[in-house]
Amino acid sequence: MPELDSAILSRLLTSLTLGFHIIFATLGVGVPLLISGAEWIGIRRKDDHYRLLARRWTRGFVVTVAVGVVTGTCIGLQLSLLWPSFMEVAGQVIGLPLFLETFAFFFEAIFLGIYLYTWDRFKNPYFHWLISVPVVIGSTLSAFFISTVNAFMNAPKGFKLENGKIIEIQPLIAMFNPATPTKATHVISSAYLTSAFVLAAITAFMILKKGNNEYYKKALHFTMVSGFVFAISTAIIGDFSGKYLAEYQPEKLAAAEWHFETEEGADLIVGGILDENGEVKYALRMPNFLSILAHGNPNAEVIGLEEFPAEETAPLFIHYLFDLMVGIGMFLVALSAQYLWSYKRKKGNPYSKYLLMLIVASGPLAMLAIEFGWIFSEVGRQPWILWHVMETTDGATTSEHVGSMFLLFFGLYVVLGWICTAVLLKMFRGNPAETEFEEMDQR
Amino acid sequence: MEIQLIGITVLWIFLYGYLIVASIDFGAGFFAYYGKITKQDHIINSIISRYLSPVWEVTNVFFVFFFVGLVGFFPSTAYYYGTALLVPGSIALVLLAIRGSFYAFGNYGVKESNVYTFLYGATGLLIPASLSTALTISEGGFISEEEGTVVFLVKELFTSFYSWSVVFLAIVSVLYISAMFLCFYADKAKDWPALEIVRKFALFWSPPTILASFLVFLALRAHNLEHFNNMLDYSYMFILSFICFNIAVWLVYRNKRYGTAFIFVMLQFFFAFFGYGVSHLPYILYPYITLETGFTNETMGIALVIAFIAGLFLLIPSLILLMRMFLFDANYVQGNREK
Ligand code: HDD
Ligand code: HEM
Ligand code: HEM
Repeated sequence: MPELDSAILSRLLTSLTLGFHIIFATLGVGVPLLISGAEWIGIRRKDDHYRLLARRWTRGFVVTVAVGVVTGTCIGLQLSLLWPSFMEVAGQVIGLPLFLETFAFFFEAIFLGIYLYTWDRFKNPYFHWLISVPVVIGSTLSAFFISTVNAFMNAPKGFKLENGKIIEIQPLIAMFNPATPTKATHVISSAYLTSAFVLAAITAFMILKKGNNEYYKKALHFTMVSGFVFAISTAIIGDFSGKYLAEYQPEKLAAAEWHFETEEGADLIVGGILDENGEVKYALRMPNFLSILAHGNPNAEVIGLEEFPAEETAPLFIHYLFDLMVGIGMFLVALSAQYLWSYKRKKGNPYSKYLLMLIVASGPLAMLAIEFGWIFSEVGRQPWILWHVMETTDGATTSEHVGSMFLLFFGLYVVLGWICTAVLLKMFRGNPAETEFEEMDQR
Repeated sequence: MEIQLIGITVLWIFLYGYLIVASIDFGAGFFAYYGKITKQDHIINSIISRYLSPVWEVTNVFFVFFFVGLVGFFPSTAYYYGTALLVPGSIALVLLAIRGSFYAFGNYGVKESNVYTFLYGATGLLIPASLSTALTISEGGFISEEEGTVVFLVKELFTSFYSWSVVFLAIVSVLYISAMFLCFYADKAKDWPALEIVRKFALFWSPPTILASFLVFLALRAHNLEHFNNMLDYSYMFILSFICFNIAVWLVYRNKRYGTAFIFVMLQFFFAFFGYGVSHLPYILYPYITLETGFTNETMGIALVIAFIAGLFLLIPSLILLMRMFLFDANYVQGNREK
């Protein structure tokens, strides 16, 4: 058991806040896209069901956004409070995207405010839909900018270090570092994916409970089709992320894959345990698949952990996190494909109980994949806070009070999570969709 | 102008923006609670919520913008403030988090709840008090650097007359700004009963605001004479501020032109805030960080300024749109539009 010094506690508190923020942030990035899509279809086809869908999603979304905003403010300030030395150094190189991110928030917040209160204000319904576009752009851009910061931590570029001083800074090169393309796209795509499955899960749950009607059927179809598209794109980009790792952070990939010796035609190890001699047992070995993941060539050479000093490699448990993330990703592809197959086939039944139950499970699973993915990526970078530039322990605060602050924020998140859930449940139970579209039909 | 000066000006403008919009929000929270316990809520709370609902998130972004920008332009502030302010900063964060989320829970989610309103009102006063200490600390004397680590002198802060006078000023000006704004909004809404009430609030809180400002002057003189003397060089700023205050209060007292009155409130704080700010220079955090020593490198500074100007082209039209929809659209303000 390592001692709980302020560096460890800072890590714990950072993980706590990010782990909580990321739930709401992911929805904050993905849900606007789906709302906007639903409203657009609704206007296009003159279908009030879709417009009601957009309205109801928006109502729930406001509540989750609020939690996203306040926890985001927490993490933003905590970065300076918990990692003052890191921010002092990194701020000089990576301040630009952080600053741009706040512009993206600004943009999003302004138009979200307008969007919420102008449903019936315009004669031409497309005007209201148009207002959703900057919301989508703003939230996606903020995800993009924050991902470039995280990418920089993995692949610091755009500056030189001389006698402890940072010189020759190139902000754009720092921002568009080698990790940025895969990182940003994978993060954005997985946020869309997760939001689609979370909304699909809620719909499937309602169908199971109340039986299906037109409204739910449309909601399910829309979310599952979107889910299918984003599941595929996430998996493809994930594959590119693997190739990025193989090229730039081979020790992270090797730790995630329990790949100890450099070899050609490397096997992909799925699951398994390590015995006391460091041998892999009970694992599923997929021949040559690691070489494919890493280089797209079954016979390529993949660098193993043996080539790195032990103190510079990450803990090996991240292997499971990686497997879980990929496993869930494959499951989501299969599930949405199955749904589409049943939907398209004459004899298929896309509303069978077993399929609906799997869809209900898919929402929470997608969110878990986000959490696993992040922990894998962040822990996998250890011991570096800035890869091969600064160690995590050197970035941390020296304050003695991090422990009590951890408890304080832990309490805060419990309360926020609890009340947010209660409010959402109450909101939708008190005002079921059925009554709302009956009212609408009468008009 | 030097790039450092541009940087701090940008940040100061945003902090000023936050000061105004956040004061409206914080004060409104308090008045909403006060209205509730004095059973006037049916009169004033609808105009309060009609204003706040669409904009509260924007208010929060002002704050985020300021501290992210500060770390961007002056990374060493992250080091000093970050190390020193872990505990007070965390407490302020928790308050902000409770406030923001409970506003949304109460307003968009379930119907009224007494607990939410209370928390919303109480945090409305506690947050300005705790945030204002960051400015207090920048005067020096509350942080010391010992053996390579930065220590926050809590006892000094709690026993300092200066620090309490700033807290007092923060709280009363929040109530003053907010009440003045609500006068404008109620007038625009042609909601006379509400106007009657908020007008009383505005007049009630104006003398304490001026009193508190004088107190801060006196206290600063004792605390940081150098800064006080600098301020005397810019005394015209403070005199202008005082004139604006008188015009604003006079207009409200005479029951006319509430919109103009609020512009004078904004000018009053503009002159005071910039007078304070410019005399504070070159120090960002006395005596550790100055414009020169704390500044990020030239390249990043230029990049940030370019980003800022480009961003303004996006922001200003959007903000104008927002204001036209919810501040200057008489139909919305009067509540004639449905959500
Ligand atoms: C619903 C979420 C989700 C799903 C289904 C997947 N991922 Fe993922 N993955 C993420 C959510 C995520 C993430 C949370 O967005 C991460 C964490 C850090 C990052 O950049 O993205 C991530 C990181 C991440 C990384 C590490 C990148 C780095 O550390 O720089 C790799 C190699 C992959 N993913 C690969 C995959 C593969 C091959 C998948 C196959 C299906 C996959 N991911 C599905
Ligand atoms: C993939 C990771 C992340 C995503 C997708 C994300 C996205 C979001 C979203 C959508 C919001 C709500 C903003 C709004 O509606 O105004 C938000 C808030 C925020 N996030 Fe995150 N975030 C992520 C991680 C982080 C990290 C690591 C930080 C810290 C640097 C951060 C800082 C913030 C801040 C400061 C806010 C509050 C902004 C406001 O007041 O509007 N986020 N984030
Ligand atoms: C964008 C979403 C992000 C998420 C969800 C995320 C998630 C996490 C998690 C789970 C940890 C804990 C790892 C551990 O304990 O070993 C962590 C650590 C950390 N993250 Fe990230 N991270 C994100 C982005 C960022 C960004 C953009 C920054 C900095 C600007 C950042 C800075 C840190 C720091 C300083 C730590 C502590 C050191 C460490 O343990 O790696 N993270 N993050």
